[in-house]
Amino acid sequence: MSIPGAGLGKGLAVTLKTLVTPSTTQQYPDVAPELPPRSRGVIALREENCTVCMLCSRECPDWCIYIDSHKEEVVVPGAARPRQRNVLDRFDIDFSLCMYCGICIEVCPFDALYWSPEFEYAEYDIRDLMHDKDRLGEWMATVPPPPPHDPLGEPSKEETAVAKRASAS
Amino acid sequence: MTWELILRVALVAVAFLTLPLLVGQTEHKVMAHMQARLGPMYAGAFHGWAQLIADGVKFAQKEDVTPRAADGPVFRLAPAVALLPYLLVLLVIPLGPGDLVGQPLDVGLFFVLAVVGVGVIAVLMAAWASANKYSLLGGLRAAAQLLGYELPFVLSAASVAMAAGTLSLPGIVAAWEPWWLLWQLPATIVFFVSGLAEIRRPPFDMPIADSELVFGYLTEYTGLRFAFFLLAEYVGIVVISALTAALFLGGWHGPWAESVGWLWMLLKTGAVAFVVIWLRVSWPRLREDQLQRLCWLVLVPLALAQLVLTAGVRVALS
Repeated sequence: MSIPGAGLGKGLAVTLKTLVTPSTTQQYPDVAPELPPRSRGVIALREENCTVCMLCSRECPDWCIYIDSHKEEVVVPGAARPRQRNVLDRFDIDFSLCMYCGICIEVCPFDALYWSPEFEYAEYDIRDLMHDKDRLGEWMATVPPPPPHDPLGEPSKEETAVAKRASAS
Repeated sequence: MTWELILRVALVAVAFLTLPLLVGQTEHKVMAHMQARLGPMYAGAFHGWAQLIADGVKFAQKEDVTPRAADGPVFRLAPAVALLPYLLVLLVIPLGPGDLVGQPLDVGLFFVLAVVGVGVIAVLMAAWASANKYSLLGGLRAAAQLLGYELPFVLSAASVAMAAGTLSLPGIVAAWEPWWLLWQLPATIVFFVSGLAEIRRPPFDMPIADSELVFGYLTEYTGLRFAFFLLAEYVGIVVISALTAALFLGGWHGPWAESVGWLWMLLKTGAVAFVVIWLRVSWPRLREDQLQRLCWLVLVPLALAQLVLTAGVRVALS
């Protein structure tokens, strides 16, 4: 049996407690927000890693990655015939379409795409949200180093594989 | 003599213009921090102290719209009718011992209760004249609520008048003794709760009920007239807090009352105003039937019982 009106008292207590607890608000334009690691701000491109495999473009749910390329012949001394190599001509991400799912980054087999926590790239014209490969390359400087492994989390796949191999032999 | 009168009226006018802003700013900040926010931080550079001034400037710049179907003169007059009674009430509330009151009035309590009741008319004027169904619904709710709560409001005030044996507000404060806090406790609660309902503050904001009625009887108001209604709400807080402090919490009574009595009065008023804000943040709005039930089945009997108690103690003492 609860006392009638106990809930009213509890409500008052909650608000009073919140009143004397310091607020954790970060005053954004004055104070840079403390973003968690792996924040999804903008996608950065490391151009030299890209092999134009088109996986990112094809996996993108809203088709916001545009890739053009051409093939170049590379003459390798001593080889029987010249090799062919893909050269990236255009790599654009349209951030007016991007929904920040990160599938392109997940799917990239050569680590050419990264998340950067930068988010202040709003534009007055929606067409300016199309970032070309130079602009995407500039974001690379803002990519943070990967956060250290969580000591309480699962061990990495590499570690378990090594341990399994060691116990097997 | 004339100069003294002018000075008194001017001081009351200054209090009328500054105290509500103070309460409003406190509400901004207290409510924000109770909701784990910061509230206004930019206007005036230091913790948003000038926010309400900025709001006032904004309101003054807005277009003054009178709906075509509205009853023009009544519609335009309503904000003034809402605001004026509170100004008149401030005139008779004692600030400190002796002569520190805008205008000592022998029937002060009677005057206050009569004049505060005029607020109902302002609400009804705004509601009927707006030619808006939400305004009308809000106004009818307000009429039902204000007429209902007028009764416990008056009865509890009558209790303290009976205890003091006078209707003059300075007289009641002068007759007050600390043990009255206990003796008049039910009347204090009834007076404060029905006072909250009189100024239509949450949890008694059924007439405004923004989630059901757009903004009740204020729906059609814009600009300066809307600001007047808002100002009336905050003056209402000041008046109800000051009345509660003066009638039931001993007004200027306190240590060194002779010299700093006015400070005690302001502190007590501020504390009651804080509770008003606190209740707004913490409690949900009462439904219409709950509102009437609370009034007629709880507050009115409580006030009547308090009257009997007061009369009994008075007879026993004399």
